[in-house]
Amino acid sequence: MGALLFFAQTVRIAIPYLFAAAGGALAERAGVVSLTLEGFMLGGAFGAVLGSYYTHSAWIGLVVGVAWGLGLAAVHAVSAIRFKADQIVVGVAINLFTVGITRFFLQLAFGSSSNSPRVAGFGGDGVAGAAGFLTNPLIWMGVLVMPVVWWIVQKTTFGLRVRAVGEHPMAAASVGVPVNRVRYVAVLASGALAALGGVYLALDQHQFTDSMTAGRGFIALAAVIFGRWDPLRAGLACLLFAAAETLQIQLQAAQLIPSQFVAMIPYVLTIIAVAGVVGRSRAPAALGRTED
Amino acid sequence: MNANLKRTIEEAVLPPLVALVVALIVGDLLILAYGQAPSAVWRLLIDGTWGNAYGFGQVLYKATTLTCTGLAVAMSLRAGLFNIGAEGQLAAGGFGAGLAGLALPAGTPAFLAVPICVMAAMLCGGLVGAVPGALRAKFGAHEVIVTIMLNFIVLALLNYFVSAKLHVPETLHTPEVHAGGLPRLSNLIGVFHGSAANWTIVIVALAAVAAWWFLFKTRVGYELRAVGLQPDAAEYAGVNVGITWRNALIVSGALAGLGGINFVLGYKGYYEDGFSGGAGFLGIAVALVGRNHPLGVVIAALFFATLSQGGLAINAMVPKQIVEALQGIVIVAVATSVPEVRRILRNAVSKSGGQH
Repeated sequence: MGALLFFAQTVRIAIPYLFAAAGGALAERAGVVSLTLEGFMLGGAFGAVLGSYYTHSAWIGLVVGVAWGLGLAAVHAVSAIRFKADQIVVGVAINLFTVGITRFFLQLAFGSSSNSPRVAGFGGDGVAGAAGFLTNPLIWMGVLVMPVVWWIVQKTTFGLRVRAVGEHPMAAASVGVPVNRVRYVAVLASGALAALGGVYLALDQHQFTDSMTAGRGFIALAAVIFGRWDPLRAGLACLLFAAAETLQIQLQAAQLIPSQFVAMIPYVLTIIAVAGVVGRSRAPAALGRTED
Repeated sequence: MNANLKRTIEEAVLPPLVALVVALIVGDLLILAYGQAPSAVWRLLIDGTWGNAYGFGQVLYKATTLTCTGLAVAMSLRAGLFNIGAEGQLAAGGFGAGLAGLALPAGTPAFLAVPICVMAAMLCGGLVGAVPGALRAKFGAHEVIVTIMLNFIVLALLNYFVSAKLHVPETLHTPEVHAGGLPRLSNLIGVFHGSAANWTIVIVALAAVAAWWFLFKTRVGYELRAVGLQPDAAEYAGVNVGITWRNALIVSGALAGLGGINFVLGYKGYYEDGFSGGAGFLGIAVALVGRNHPLGVVIAALFFATLSQGGLAINAMVPKQIVEALQGIVIVAVATSVPEVRRILRNAVSKSGGQH
């Protein structure tokens, strides 16, 4: 029973990582840097609560949340692809913008600087009820998202094109691949997927709180890099990071390891991975470059 | 006017102007959505910042920290690297200054205590910068990824030190420093009364001049810029690219760390968890708008500081968070229009058959 609870808790924590990392893997494989995952998630979380609040439907909340993710991703895609802006700068800016704009609309719509009122959501009350766990459709989608993205990247024509434009955009263009269109689709898909991670967070807790994603987008990015840009490995990295958090929550009473050190695990592992100490983590060759 | 100089100035000035127009339009829409009159809000923003001595003092205070993080990012970009870690380096610098100020005995004369605390700040910031620098030089690890991850590690580590070891009960800050505190500007210029502007501004102004001198007047600075423009050519010409990258990130980290003294030595007199509050990330914007030139960085820092302080000034009419959104929009618009403006200007030159 203890093991089952541990597993369930790990999955719950991993769901937002899995969605965001799936988006990150797709966009980065297409050569577009995904510093924006944090902003997409936060936008998705806020959109979900907005939609759910006004319509009393969690499903419409989900749609509105994804729309927020798509809107933010469109800004990123147009700047990076059409205007060839520096993707890292734009990524940082979109994250700053999203924090500000969600706070602004939190004031405008709900007159609060900290949280929204309670809205219709999925699953139980944010408590670890088994029934709530199984009836939350986003959990099932989150569990399936990585295998699906892996299949798309590895087994479909679109996936082949994504990998081609991320590694050799010139070569891809010379055989007729519409490089920019593939990148637009990949970035928009990453916005929608990461937003679903935020939608899950907000609708699981039935409310939006200021900056509620709390760096989860960066943990997802760490998972993508630690997983060497492979969706399945990235998914496993998400589960690993989530398991560490679960362990920390369960050990909290015992005070064995300060929580700050557990929180560092994903970042330390990722630095070790990019330093190539144990098997180099190599980025797609054209990552971050659109000046072709 | 020399055609090259004219184009350089146009390339530097046009993108921020485009960004300002975009930000004004979006700002107007947001203000209207909140049911207020845009003109009144903008006037309040100017009045509350450059319109009175207290507001202007606050702008100077905020611009001081942003100048440091902006110089840090600019220094790395000049070497062709992107330091996203200024946030953690700034916090580490403040922590180092606070620690040094605590370690010194009370009554240490300022001419000793201040340099020691400043060195401690730069050392701690530089140490955090040395990690991505060394990993880049030794293993080719991408500095963007390392600095992002390091931000979280450094902030968590500092949070641990403060919350578990050093804090004053019921707070998340350390005790006040015994020595090394810097006086407020209001001690000298009375009208600044109440504002946090302090002598750090002089130290940072000197640092900006030193950064300019280093980049444009020394051999090492020339090599750094050469590596940033063409690493292969620089290597061929005998410059050790790896070491240049490592040193650039150390200097970059030290500059960001220096910014920590503004809050710790100049304003509060103690290190407080989370004091950096995004100033490290805004340093990216400052460097971008300032075209990686120390003078441009100072001007851009004043601009972003005005927005930050302006948010507080208009909070009675619209939520202050509007300026966070506008800062994001300014950065996106500048980043987006920089390459576009360059293309348009160069096309115009080649069409008119002008020299380039």
